Amino acid sequence: MLPRPEVTPLTEPYWSGLAAGELRFQHCRDCGNAWLPARDECPRCLSRSHDWQVASGGGRIISWVVYRQAVHEAFVERIPYNVAIVELDEGPRLITNVDAREEELAIELPVRLRIDEDDGLHLPRFTLAGGRWSR
Amino acid sequence: MIAGVGHTAYGKLPGRSPTSMNVEAVRKALADARVEKDAVDALFVKYPTSGHVPMYGQVVAEALGVQPRIGGVWDQGGATNISMLSFAAMAISHGQCEVAVVTTADNPRTGTRQAYERAWGDDAPFGWFGTPAGYAMIARRHMEEFGTTHEQLGEIAVAARRHGATNPDAQLRAPITLEDFTQSRPVVDPFCRDDCCLISDGAAAIVVMSRERARQLGAPAPVPVLGFGQGQTSWEVAQRPTLTETAAAVSAHTAFAMAGIGPEQVDVAQLYDCFTITVLMTLEDYGFCRKGQGGPFVADGALQLGGALPTNTSGGLLSETGMPGMQLVLEGVRQMRGTSANQVPGAQTCVVSNQGGIMHTHSTLVLGQE
Repeated sequence: MLPRPEVTPLTEPYWSGLAAGELRFQHCRDCGNAWLPARDECPRCLSRSHDWQVASGGGRIISWVVYRQAVHEAFVERIPYNVAIVELDEGPRLITNVDAREEELAIELPVRLRIDEDDGLHLPRFTLAGGRWSR
Repeated sequence: MIAGVGHTAYGKLPGRSPTSMNVEAVRKALADARVEKDAVDALFVKYPTSGHVPMYGQVVAEALGVQPRIGGVWDQGGATNISMLSFAAMAISHGQCEVAVVTTADNPRTGTRQAYERAWGDDAPFGWFGTPAGYAMIARRHMEEFGTTHEQLGEIAVAARRHGATNPDAQLRAPITLEDFTQSRPVVDPFCRDDCCLISDGAAAIVVMSRERARQLGAPAPVPVLGFGQGQTSWEVAQRPTLTETAAAVSAHTAFAMAGIGPEQVDVAQLYDCFTITVLMTLEDYGFCRKGQGGPFVADGALQLGGALPTNTSGGLLSETGMPGMQLVLEGVRQMRGTSANQVPGAQTCVVSNQGGIMHTHSTLVLGQE
C-alpha cells in the first residue's frame, strides 16, 4: 500500500481539494505570496492570514530523478519510477511524478496537472503539456 | 589552534555505543595534544543520528568525567563539526573557556540508518524518499543547466578512492577507474552506487585552544585556524529558488575574508563529499572555478595527488569513512603537520568544508601553519 500522508487541520484543505478534483495552494491575503506545502504563516511576510486558491494546472519541470532501487516496499513493483519538482504557473513548487518516458524529461518542460486516483489516494501528478504520454 | 586530534577505527563497529566511541576519540585527541583531561573546560558534541537522547552533551560530559564551563549538543547535520569548532574558537577568544573539546560519534552502520532513508514530509506517496535522491535532484539540474556529465562527477569519486586506497585507516581501500564508476549499480538517476558515500560507525574529536595556551601546555604540533564561516540555504530542495547555488558561497566568503586569503592560495582541500555533486558545487561556490565550470575543473585528475588541487587526500566520505565531516578536519590537520598518508608536498594552506541536510547547512574552515 502507498504510504499515507498525515492529514492535519492545516493540510486537510489540500487533500480534500484533490479528492474534489482540484489542486489548491495557499495564498497570503496580506502580501500575495503563494506557496506549498501548507504552513501556518506566510514564509515571506509571516502573516497568518491566508486562503486556498485553485491551481490552473499548468507548470514546468525544475528537475527530476529516477529511482532504480526502492527505498520503501510500496515501490518495489514500481521501479524504475521518476520523482520530479514541478513549479506551478502560480509559483508554488511541489514534489510529484510526471507520466512520461525517461528520455522525454527535461528541465523547464511544460507540464499539465492530472489528478490520479492511486491506491485510494488522490495525487497531483503531471503529464507533458505537449501530449507525449507514455500510456 | 587545533592542538590535538583523535579518532576510532572506521567502518562496522558492532557493540560500540556513540558515547563509548566519543570517549575513545576524545582520549586519543587529548593524548595527541598532550593535555590532561582536567584542563578541558568546554565540550561541544554533535548529536548522533542513530539514537539521539535529550541533553546528550551531558551524557558525554559525564562519561568523560568533565564539568564544562560551556558547551552542549549542536545540530546542523553534516555542517555541525566545523560550526562547533568555530563556536569553540569564538568562546575561547571571549574568555568563556580555554581548552575546548569538539567531538562526534555515530553508528548508522550497525545501528539505524533511518535518518538517511526517511520520506520528506507528506511526499512519500510519490516515492520521494532518502538523502541520495535529494542530491540527485540537484545533480540533474546541474547537468541540464551546465552540461555537467556523469563522467565528470566520476572524476571526484576516482580521486577519493585513489587516496583512500593508500590510507591505512580508510574503510574502503579499493581504487576505481572511471569505467568502474559508470558501471557501478544504479541507485537513483543520475547517481550510481559510487556517487554515494559510505555508511560508517566511528568517532573523531579535536582539542581547540589559544596559541598561548598551547604553548603553556606544551602541545607538540598545534595547527592554526586561520578562518571559519557558515551559511544556510535552509529551504527544502523542492522549495529552493535555485538548486545549483548554495550558501556555501557565503560560508567560504566569510572564512576566506577572516583568513585574509582567496581560493587561489589554497594548496590542498578537504571538501565534504557525501555525494560527488557536493564536491563539484562546493568548488564552484568557493570560487575555485566559475559557476557551471565544476565539470571541466575536476577533469583529468585535477583533484588527485599531483593535480591542480589535491582534494580529499584521505579518501573523504566516499572512501575513508562516511562520518559526517570531522574526518576531513583531521586530514586537514595532518596535511598542515606534514603527516598525511597522501601528503601534498609543501602544502601551507588547507580549506575544509562541512555541509548538512540536502545542502541546507554549510561551514568552512581554513587551516595554516605556524
